[in-house]
Amino acid sequence: MSKYNITFADINTTVSVPRGTRIVEVAEKVGASIPFGCKENDCGDCMIDVLDGAANLSAPSALEIELLKQKFGKPNNRLACQAMVLGDVTVKPA
Amino acid sequence: MTKSPVWLSERVQWIGALDPTMRSFDIILKTPNGTTYNAYAVRGSEGVAVIDTVKAECADQFFEHLEAIACYDEIKVIVLNHLEPDHTGALPELMRRAPQAKLYISQSAQLMIKALLNQQDIDFISVGTGDTISLGDRTLKFLHTPYLHWPDTQCTYLEEECILFSGDVFGCHFCDERLFNDKVGDFRFAFEYYYAHIMRPFREHVINALELISPLPINIIAPTHGPILRDKPTSYIQRYRELSGQRLQSEVNADEKTLLIFYISAYGSTTQMAQMIRDGAEQVPGVRASLYDMEGGDSDLFVDLVEDADGILIGSPTINGDAVKPAWDLVSSFAKINVKGKLAGAFGSFGWSGEAVRMLEDRMRGLKMRLPLEGVRIKLIPSSDELEQCRRYGQEAGEHLMGVNAPRVLDMADLLASRKQISN
Repeated sequence: MSKYNITFADINTTVSVPRGTRIVEVAEKVGASIPFGCKENDCGDCMIDVLDGAANLSAPSALEIELLKQKFGKPNNRLACQAMVLGDVTVKPA
Repeated sequence: MTKSPVWLSERVQWIGALDPTMRSFDIILKTPNGTTYNAYAVRGSEGVAVIDTVKAECADQFFEHLEAIACYDEIKVIVLNHLEPDHTGALPELMRRAPQAKLYISQSAQLMIKALLNQQDIDFISVGTGDTISLGDRTLKFLHTPYLHWPDTQCTYLEEECILFSGDVFGCHFCDERLFNDKVGDFRFAFEYYYAHIMRPFREHVINALELISPLPINIIAPTHGPILRDKPTSYIQRYRELSGQRLQSEVNADEKTLLIFYISAYGSTTQMAQMIRDGAEQVPGVRASLYDMEGGDSDLFVDLVEDADGILIGSPTINGDAVKPAWDLVSSFAKINVKGKLAGAFGSFGWSGEAVRMLEDRMRGLKMRLPLEGVRIKLIPSSDELEQCRRYGQEAGEHLMGVNAPRVLDMADLLASRKQISN
């Protein structure tokens, strides 16, 4: 299976993950300071800034787009509980 | 019990309900004086606004008060400052009786209201800071004050009369039919207790809300619970400012960060670990590490320290497959404050199974703390190598705290393997 690097800029940590890994699956394990609430696209707590490689994340669903809008998200914001790693990417908590 | 509405001004009435026999609220609060659910009506030249409602069980009082001062077809506006059922219980019936009234809620309340009313096609208008609605010669202006104490909360300001309908902010559970703060007697304990349990976990949000509220001229603060604050209303704003500030005078310089190491030990092993971790952390420039023995302390006192600390490590031995009670008491007290994003970790000595460390780590992760390191677990008495492991752990924790840790490159497979090994 192809592997890609996700870098958590806030803790200076890069993890090599299988393609398709959700950010939530790895963020908590390495102690990134992204807070998680419901983990199901409802609370918006896990909003992140995508610093690099936004195109390498899975496309947001209609529900994620709607929630980001309600939470006043900016264009480079995503939810870490939803986005899947499809290529190299660098993120930090929003 | 009050049988008639109460005038705040010529155009503003209290139309809420008294609940003097309630003795515990939302499970977590004791209410020796019961509580009130305050709702208000504002009459403008072009219609009436109802601001908040009451708990469903008290709806009769609310409608009796409302009917005494307005007809249902005069109601043009319903404002909900907070969707919790104690303020929205009478809403469905009010909407049925005044179907022409438009419902105004905060932007963050949009998702909640559908789940609250179990109704998908509900009509409402969402508003944010600076939005206004006109009642003719009276104007309501909205302030977006989220997380006080739900995501949806907002305040509504009646411009012409300088009355702030503050929702739960500045409220308290204290029922007295005389209603006004200059009439009800001494309710200070209720005001402080309410802040400590309802608002304190959201300290940053309180500070942001005070920024919005402070510039407004204020004659009356009209909260949704407890006395209406018409005598020296700004002194309550000042009190919130004090309560949301630092509890203790900080002795720490701006370029330093604090790491609190709490520990408890039966035979001294976890104590030795704590001391070595402290020594390791202190090697990192800028870290102020301190030790606290939970055996000689009380979580009610420690929690004030934790609120202002940058990082917290907890050391507990494993007894009967669990962390010990003082450790859980400390972690449990974190619910009273905001610990989100603080650095955290756990460590401890054990005899044969050693579950305490991972259990504490999981709980603190659940509280949205940041745990970049796997805590040290040592079987029985620490050897010199194991003490060196503790020192390194303390140093790495200090480096993460100061943001000077060396870049790490990890593989997900290794992360999963190490956690699996631990759970075995």
